[in-house]
Amino acid sequence: MGEIERTLGGDGGRLPVHHIGEELLLDYAAGATSEAMSLLIASHLALCPMCRQQLAELELVGGAMLDALPDDECDEASLDAVLARLDRDDVTPVQPTAPVAADPAVDGILLPEPLRSYVGSDLNKLGWKRRIRGLDECVLPVGGARVSLMRIHQGASMPKHTHAGNELTLVLTGGFTDARGSYLRGDVAVTDQHVDHQPTADLDEDCLCLAVVDAPLRLTGRMTRFLNPFLRI
Amino acid sequence: MAFNGMMSIDTSTAQPGGREALDRALVAIGAERDRAAFALVFRHFAPRLRAFMIRGGCDRGDAEEIVQDVMVTVWRRAETFDPRQASASTWIFTIARNRRIDRLRRERRPELDPNDPALVPDAPRSADQSLALSQDTRRLESAIATLPQEQRDILERAYYDEKPHSVIAEETGLPLGTVKSRLRLALGRLRKEVRDHG
Repeated sequence: MGEIERTLGGDGGRLPVHHIGEELLLDYAAGATSEAMSLLIASHLALCPMCRQQLAELELVGGAMLDALPDDECDEASLDAVLARLDRDDVTPVQPTAPVAADPAVDGILLPEPLRSYVGSDLNKLGWKRRIRGLDECVLPVGGARVSLMRIHQGASMPKHTHAGNELTLVLTGGFTDARGSYLRGDVAVTDQHVDHQPTADLDEDCLCLAVVDAPLRLTGRMTRFLNPFLRI
Repeated sequence: MAFNGMMSIDTSTAQPGGREALDRALVAIGAERDRAAFALVFRHFAPRLRAFMIRGGCDRGDAEEIVQDVMVTVWRRAETFDPRQASASTWIFTIARNRRIDRLRRERRPELDPNDPALVPDAPRSADQSLALSQDTRRLESAIATLPQEQRDILERAYYDEKPHSVIAEETGLPLGTVKSRLRLALGRLRKEVRDHG
C-alpha cells in the first residue's frame, strides 16, 4: 500500500499513514479475526477513511461470493416459519440512529469506537500498572489475545524486543518512533517475529496506544532480559 | 464439520436486473414493511445463506436456525439499509458473517460506529462511485467465475470457511507466501474490476 501525504480530514482529523494491510483487513472482512484483533482493526477504521474504503471493497467481494453460492430451491416451510416469527411482538424494526451529540472526550482524549465502549468513560479509573520506567499498562479483558492500553511517558524508550507472534499497536494520542518510522494518532505498527524494535515516545506528550499481541513477547537487549518476568507480555 | 467439500461457484442463475430488484425490495421492507418484498429477498438469499453456513461448518439444523435469525435481522434492520452505501448481497453478507461469529464462536464482533464523533470523515465521494455498487456486484461475480481455480479455491476458503491466511496455509499444505500471493492476485484482479469500471 502506497504512503499517502499526511493531510487533514474534513474536521481536522489527521489521516493515518501506517495502515492495517490488506491481508489482515481481508481476514477481518471475512470474519476470521479474533475479537481482540477486530477491536484494534475497527478502532483504526474509525480513524482511517482509506482502510474503510478498502474494507468496503472486500465486503463487496464477500457479497458477490455469497451471491455466487448455488441457488438451490427455496424451502417454503422455512419462509413460512420466518413470516410467522415476524408477527411476534419482539420483532421490532431498528431505526437508523442519529449522530451522537454528547461530548465523548475522556480527559480531553477522544477515543474512537468500538474501543471507547470497551474502556469506559474514565481512563484514570482503569487498573494501570507500572511495568518498567516510562511504561504504564492496563490489560483489557478481551478474548483471543493479550489486549492492553499502553502509556509510554514522553521521551521514554522501550526495551528492545521481538515477538513470538504478531503485535499490532494503534496510536491514540501522542506518537512514537522506531527504526521504521514515526507513528501518530491512527497509525498502526505491525510487528512480527522478524522485527526487532525499540519504540521511543515523542518528546512533547505521553503516547497512549492500544496494543494487541497474539503470542508472548521477548526482550532482546543485553540488559533487559531480566525484565521479562515483570513484563510477562 | 458436516460438509466441507469443494463447492464450485455457480453464476448460471444470475439474472440480469435481479440485483437492483433485490436492492429495491430491501428498501420496500424498510419503508413499508412489505412482506411480498421480504419473500422475494428470502427466496433469493435463504438457499445461499444455508450453503454459506454449511460450508462454514454448521450442521443442517444449526444452518437452518442461523439462516432464519439472519432473515429476521434483515426484516428488523431493513430501515438502516442504504442502497447508495452497499448492495443487498454485501449488506446481507455482513449480517450473516456477524451472526455466524456470534453463534459459532460465541464472540463479540467489534465494529465501526458510523456515528462516532471520533470518526475521521471520508473525502467527499462522487455520485458515480455510489451508483456503481450494484453493477459492481454483477461484474465481480463474473470476474470471480473466471479466476484461475487455485485462486478461487483460496478465496472460497477465506470467505466461506472464515479461515485466516495462516490456517489456509496449514490446511492446504501450501507455503504461507503462496496463500498470500494467490489472495493478493485474486483481490487485485477483482479490485481492478470494481475500480476501472466504477
